[in-house]
Amino acid sequence: MTAVLQAERVTRELPGEVVVTLVRDVSLEIQAGEFLAINGPSGSGKSSLLYLLGLLDMPTSGEVRLNGEAMGHCGEDDLARARLAHMGFVFQSHFLLPEFTALENVMLPMRRLNRLGDAEIANRATALLASLGLDDECQKVPKQLSGGQSQRVAIARALANDPAVILADEPTGNLDTKASEVVQSILKGLAHKHGRTVVVVTHDPQFAAQADRIVTIVDGRIAQTSA
Amino acid sequence: MISLLSGVALRHLLARKRQSLVSLLGVVLGVAFFLAISAMMQGSEADFIKRLVDNSPHITIEDTYRNPTLQPAAQLYRNGVVEIRRVKPETETRGIRGYAKILDALRARPGLRASAVLTGQALINFSGRDVAVALNGIVPAEYRDVSTIQSYMVVGSLDSLNANQDGIIIGDQLARDLSLALNENISVSGTAGQPRTFKIVGLFHTGRVQIDSSQAFVQRKRVQALMNRTNRVNTIIVKLKDPYAARAEAALVEARFVYKAVSWQEASEDIMSTLAIRNLIMYTVVSAVLVVAAFGIYNVISTVVLEKRRDVAILKSIGFRARDIEWIFLLQGIILGAFGNLVGLPLGVLFMTSLGGIEFKLPGSSDVVRLPIDWGWEQFAIAGGFAFSASILAALLPARKAARLHPVDILRGGT
Repeated sequence: MTAVLQAERVTRELPGEVVVTLVRDVSLEIQAGEFLAINGPSGSGKSSLLYLLGLLDMPTSGEVRLNGEAMGHCGEDDLARARLAHMGFVFQSHFLLPEFTALENVMLPMRRLNRLGDAEIANRATALLASLGLDDECQKVPKQLSGGQSQRVAIARALANDPAVILADEPTGNLDTKASEVVQSILKGLAHKHGRTVVVVTHDPQFAAQADRIVTIVDGRIAQTSA
Repeated sequence: MISLLSGVALRHLLARKRQSLVSLLGVVLGVAFFLAISAMMQGSEADFIKRLVDNSPHITIEDTYRNPTLQPAAQLYRNGVVEIRRVKPETETRGIRGYAKILDALRARPGLRASAVLTGQALINFSGRDVAVALNGIVPAEYRDVSTIQSYMVVGSLDSLNANQDGIIIGDQLARDLSLALNENISVSGTAGQPRTFKIVGLFHTGRVQIDSSQAFVQRKRVQALMNRTNRVNTIIVKLKDPYAARAEAALVEARFVYKAVSWQEASEDIMSTLAIRNLIMYTVVSAVLVVAAFGIYNVISTVVLEKRRDVAILKSIGFRARDIEWIFLLQGIILGAFGNLVGLPLGVLFMTSLGGIEFKLPGSSDVVRLPIDWGWEQFAIAGGFAFSASILAALLPARKAARLHPVDILRGGT
């Protein structure tokens, strides 16, 4: 197994009168096809670690490697490009563009990457939505979708450019039990059936328990790793 | 790529239809008013200049020199240091020498009409009253070509002077002042002292009291006799086909014939500079309208940026670059500016044509007057260009701000 994402002694501080340390000296390797859960109490820095792994944020010290390549020297445009091609994000909720239909939301990353033709993009987006059971929801705008449906559209969008890693930040945080179970099984299936690398931040122990490995963050540090 | 970004921009604008419409209306009305007001100003200026140009000679050649004549010593040593003191110019009979030749030379130029006039001060004596007038000695046939006086004639015409060589044409105001009427005789005495009797053969009314009460026209030969200046003239009046060539033409005439040649622009420099200042004020005021419209655009795009912070975070996390985000909001300004022009320019034309169609009567006058309206492509270019760049500039500030937004700050900020 090769490491898709590596964090090497990563520290993230927020500058200011009192320096706040969000992530403290974390080293972590994520293997291709692994389903990793990051849990911990709220405010422990688990989301901040996810942003660092997802190249949304840059560490104050230490290095994040994507497919073995150090990203520390990259400019903002390079990071944006890396996110576009290799990362797929799923956030807590309501993170779809409200003026665009479900289909258009899923097409957005592909149109930005501009590798496929318009017809292929539309076909792939439709197929992705269909694979998540959203055949009838393609032309609906986010306002017309339930929380669980929105989150499935967000997952489809995260998958749009066939990324190396799916990063989910509390994807079930705002969902009822039933919808939450659907989203959990989709994310689990992506890792176990389709061989995708999935990193999930969650404080739900039952969800975390389904992962291959659980990393527990307390006070910005890795407190415990369990398989 | 631009289609993707402009698609997002358009959705953002359409999401807040009413606000977008209001700011669009700001641009539309700004452009339309700019056109309407500038057309009126330009029209009134053109109208004013037309009156000025029509009623005054385009070039007046006088029997004086612009600069004192060079003394022989100075002429000989052009580069030397020559100082001559207490120069007393030679006494000479005043007037333009060889005016017939000058007239021939002038008339040889295309589009140029010229007439030689001898003007002088004279006293009209009637029923024991003396009134000073400016006596214009003219040749009616050629003077008609260079003057508008014929169109102001109330009774008689310039040709009446031919029918009666001892005829005189005076203003109606002067006639009223002296209780004179057509066909009455008056006695006119010039500088030579010898009075002569003239018969009133015509009356004119220009509407300017100054002229109506103090100008008189007679045959040139009569004035020459009255002033004891046989075969002399002291003014050549020139009209051009293209009045705006007057300045250049005057310089040519002066270079060739030495006599001072004054173009109408030079003669009314104060009015021309007043008009220029008026234009400056007008463009400042009208531009202010567009600046206000630009604030409307700034306002709506700033609001959109504030409301769309979350969308910016999504787009950036997906992998949109800062520049893409900047373009999305800049394009909103471009769309508003472009549509504002698209609707505003035709609306401006509508304003201009309907303003030009308004008829009204000035108090105390029975003439129907229309608003003078005049427009050219420059106005459209200025209105469109200014509105468009103001829109872009107004969008640029919020767009920059949006581009600088950090997605993590928004994600952390709350869900």
